[in-house]
Amino acid sequence: MSAGDDMERRPRVTLREAGADARTPSSAAASGPVPEPATLSTISRATYLKEASLKNLFLVCAFVAVAGVLLIFLFVGIRGWEIFAKVGVWQFLSGLQWQPTAETPQFGILALIVNSVIATLGGLALGAPLAVGTAVFLSEVATPRARAIVRPAVELLAGIPSVVYGLFGLLALRPIAAEFSGGLGFGYATAWVVLAIMILPTVAAISEDALRSIPEGIREASYAMGATKWQTIWRVLLPAAKIGIIDAIILGMGRAIGETMAVVMVAGNAKVIPEGIFKPFLTLTTVIVIDMPYASGDHRTALFGVAIILFLISMAFVATIRLISRFGGEQS
Amino acid sequence: MNAPRAVVDKRLTNALALGAIWICALTTVAFLGSLLLYIVVNGVRELTPAFIFTWPHGVNMEGGIWPTIQSTMYVTVLAMAIVTPVAVLAAVYLAEYAVQGRLVRTIRFAADSLASVPSIVMGLFGMALFVEGMGLQFSALSGALALSFLMLPIIMRTTEEAIRAVPKYIRWGSYGLGASKWQTVSRIVLPAASPRILTGLLLAMGRAAGETAVVIYTMGTMIYAPVSPLDPGRTMPVHVMLMAMEGINLKAAYGTALLLVLMVLAFNLTARYIVRRNRRMQG
Repeated sequence: MSAGDDMERRPRVTLREAGADARTPSSAAASGPVPEPATLSTISRATYLKEASLKNLFLVCAFVAVAGVLLIFLFVGIRGWEIFAKVGVWQFLSGLQWQPTAETPQFGILALIVNSVIATLGGLALGAPLAVGTAVFLSEVATPRARAIVRPAVELLAGIPSVVYGLFGLLALRPIAAEFSGGLGFGYATAWVVLAIMILPTVAAISEDALRSIPEGIREASYAMGATKWQTIWRVLLPAAKIGIIDAIILGMGRAIGETMAVVMVAGNAKVIPEGIFKPFLTLTTVIVIDMPYASGDHRTALFGVAIILFLISMAFVATIRLISRFGGEQS
Repeated sequence: MNAPRAVVDKRLTNALALGAIWICALTTVAFLGSLLLYIVVNGVRELTPAFIFTWPHGVNMEGGIWPTIQSTMYVTVLAMAIVTPVAVLAAVYLAEYAVQGRLVRTIRFAADSLASVPSIVMGLFGMALFVEGMGLQFSALSGALALSFLMLPIIMRTTEEAIRAVPKYIRWGSYGLGASKWQTVSRIVLPAASPRILTGLLLAMGRAAGETAVVIYTMGTMIYAPVSPLDPGRTMPVHVMLMAMEGINLKAAYGTALLLVLMVLAFNLTARYIVRRNRRMQG
């Protein structure tokens, strides 16, 4: 490793010295321990400048990601902040009534937040155990042949567009739910199943990575003490991969709460507080899709306000993962 | 007396638990299988050349879906062209040039955040900045710019992993011959990493082609076959969504969904094929 670093560093040092050399040859020779003088003359000032400017160009490219986050915050923020000023942040967040087109419009998104949370937690409750089970299967239990079927299945599930999940939910799962409930089948129950399938590949892939990164010796030690496969998984491997699995579940939550198109197709989108798991509901994401086509004025501003809240929620999830992995990194 | 019973217990628990894990995996496969089967069974009758290559007509959008296919390909390729140079060079910076520190942590945090932004928020952002702010209207260019922010973190991550997977000694050989850093990166490292970079690009393209919420607010819903980047259009996912939600032409929804799934699967399978061939060639 250290030898590798040396080899990597050498050209960089050479470049810097070559740049100084072109300006003041004597001072470069005098300042500190210079590597081999022979290599200095091989790099011209033009090459040095080209290398340095390329490096800065790459840095600018990398900063596009930072710029993207700032731009999103800025532009969605500019369009949405007025609603916070007008209604008040607390009123906006805690109001139960979303009546944007009434005589006296009311912009309260608490019901939408609660619906989003219920939809997400339900999807998570169904999908996460399945996903972690699949991850354990892929990493610990599967025969090579079984793995060769299940792993591509998980990867393909990840690639299927959300609108196709929505179509499947709307036309295949909803009639089943309707059969059960006697209603139309739009509602939480259908959304939970769709969200569970959608978060499965994300959670499974990251959990599997976490399980695979555990050294083989730990498994061998557990077997050597007479533990069965399941005891090894339950008492040794899952605790060891805990942080990775929690990360995976939080990422799955982020995906579920931000999911729009699949939910809008199965949720029924009624602006009432639902009374059961087979009743239609409206979430933070779906309200934007439903209202945007006809929204204007404050209503439109309020939808951008909802988008700000969604953006902050997703940022909070990412920050939580950061904190957990830093905290966990210090522990071990 | 207790010991044999404990052994039996532990074996029984083991068998039951492993059975449950098998059931988890089989359920996952069953989900994929039933999803694909459902889309194929309902969509396959629609997939005629007339459906693919003609224009829709009438209030119920009977006929073909060609303009939506063209719009999808147009916006995806345009987004790809915009984002690939930026994302690959950003990954080169992170993998080859960057020194671990606050700067790199900030960039990574931003990339992770960008990757987790809900697509509907990305759509509204695209509408606020590109469609209205920059006056590009609902157009393929607006859609492509918004999609490129969606694809950026995906390509950055896969490319960085690809570059890091190139063995160090290959770089030493290049430096040993007197190559500069950029020469080493551009002539040695990137070509060696190119199959895996291509894989990442294909996965990101699949993601962009299937995206609905972003393009609906940046490219619009008008049936149009874009020629100039400033033309509007309706992509296949948007078409599926509108047809299904309005319930007027479910046949078109099934057919378009099947075609979309086939497209995305083609991207994914090509990506897997490239990885596998590459692995075999490397030994």
